[in-house]
Amino acid sequence: MKSKIVDSLDAAVAGIPDGARIMFGGFGGAGFPNNLIQALARTGVKNVTAISNNCGTREGELGVMFKHGQVRHVIASFPGPHANYFQEQFAKGEVTCELVPQGILCERMRAAAAGLLGFYTTVGVGTEVAKGKEERVIDGKRCLLEAPIHADVALIKAEKADELGNLTYRLAARNFNPIMAMAAKMTIVEVDEIVPVGTIQPENVITPAIFVHRIVQAKAIRFQG
Amino acid sequence: MAENVTTDKPRLTREQIAQRAAQELTDGAYVNLGWGIPNLIADYLPEGLTVYFHSENGILGMGRRARAGEEDFDLVDAMKVPVTLIPGASFFHQADAHLMTRGGHLDVAVLGGFQVSEKGDLANWKIPGAKGIGGIGGAMDIAAGAKKLIVCMEHNAKDGAPKVVSRCSYPLTGIECTNTIVTDLAVIDVTPEGLVLREVAPGWTAEEVQARTEAKLLVKGKVAEMSLGS
Repeated sequence: MKSKIVDSLDAAVAGIPDGARIMFGGFGGAGFPNNLIQALARTGVKNVTAISNNCGTREGELGVMFKHGQVRHVIASFPGPHANYFQEQFAKGEVTCELVPQGILCERMRAAAAGLLGFYTTVGVGTEVAKGKEERVIDGKRCLLEAPIHADVALIKAEKADELGNLTYRLAARNFNPIMAMAAKMTIVEVDEIVPVGTIQPENVITPAIFVHRIVQAKAIRFQG
Repeated sequence: MAENVTTDKPRLTREQIAQRAAQELTDGAYVNLGWGIPNLIADYLPEGLTVYFHSENGILGMGRRARAGEEDFDLVDAMKVPVTLIPGASFFHQADAHLMTRGGHLDVAVLGGFQVSEKGDLANWKIPGAKGIGGIGGAMDIAAGAKKLIVCMEHNAKDGAPKVVSRCSYPLTGIECTNTIVTDLAVIDVTPEGLVLREVAPGWTAEEVQARTEAKLLVKGKVAEMSLGS
């Protein structure tokens, strides 16, 4: 059986093509695959569609991808006041953005993961996000049809992986990571530690190995503020 | 239109708005607190009350903010602030966190607001004309799904413009979603008949509050004075 473990960050992100749709885990400074994001920026990949809760903190997190002009379109819930590279490029029209309510962003990714072609929700009815979406009434409630969000690649951060790719997360650094792991065609995970198979008790696995394709160990980087 | 507000009597502080809103919470409730004034509520819980605070990044049972030296930056609230846990806390991923907000599992959500309409529509994510694209975050999911939504805000904008309005002119977060409004002047319930003025700030009359409110406020009997508790 071919090992999913790769021995460098550059190898972990190798082969991601221009124009790829990429999900990026992390929220509130926790659970960002910062080593993988920096390695991805180094590849020079262009015209990326970035699917992420936010758009980075200055050069930190996803910010480096905007700094180097590598992102063309964003699907996000809260780009963020500190995402200055994104904000500048959005103002100039160099980057486009679809704003999605945070829970609907999660659920659209989960729909993609689950093989569902859409779902109806009351979230966003009567607001700007309803534009262009089918609206109907179910059980007397106005609701919108939401489509799944697929991705070619997910870059995620976990605390531990076993050699098969079963993952655990630390505290609230879990956030978007398990959902994105399930929704992308190829999931690449950065972990603090790789442990032998059997070390993680089966009932403690949060992301089963079936969703993980490449594993790389790296010393975590955290951006404050 | 609102009267000139420069001559107003003292209003509640932001902390006092939070303190009054805290009295709406019940023992054992699961509660989400939004940005701004709502985030201050945890500091004013009535004595003896245990509340399980929810955070949309996947925490139930958040305790107080972490003190200097005990911060763990993998344990932060939705505002990136390091927090602590109380006994019985749990972690889950963001989709399940919003399953809780949207699916009616939380007892109370408290959000900040720019405007609330007489039908309970809430606008709280974007100021028209402001620079940038804005950000929705979890507000629309929370507004759509909370069993009880309380909005905490100042009664009037800095220029005196009423924030309790007939129709919201700001981009909406949700329609007909607000149950109760707590401001620095009043506690107002959104009912099928319209907005009912439940309480006024100490020293204020119902007429004075109405004069600073664009929407019509219904008065049923004597309007009580807001009590801030201990």
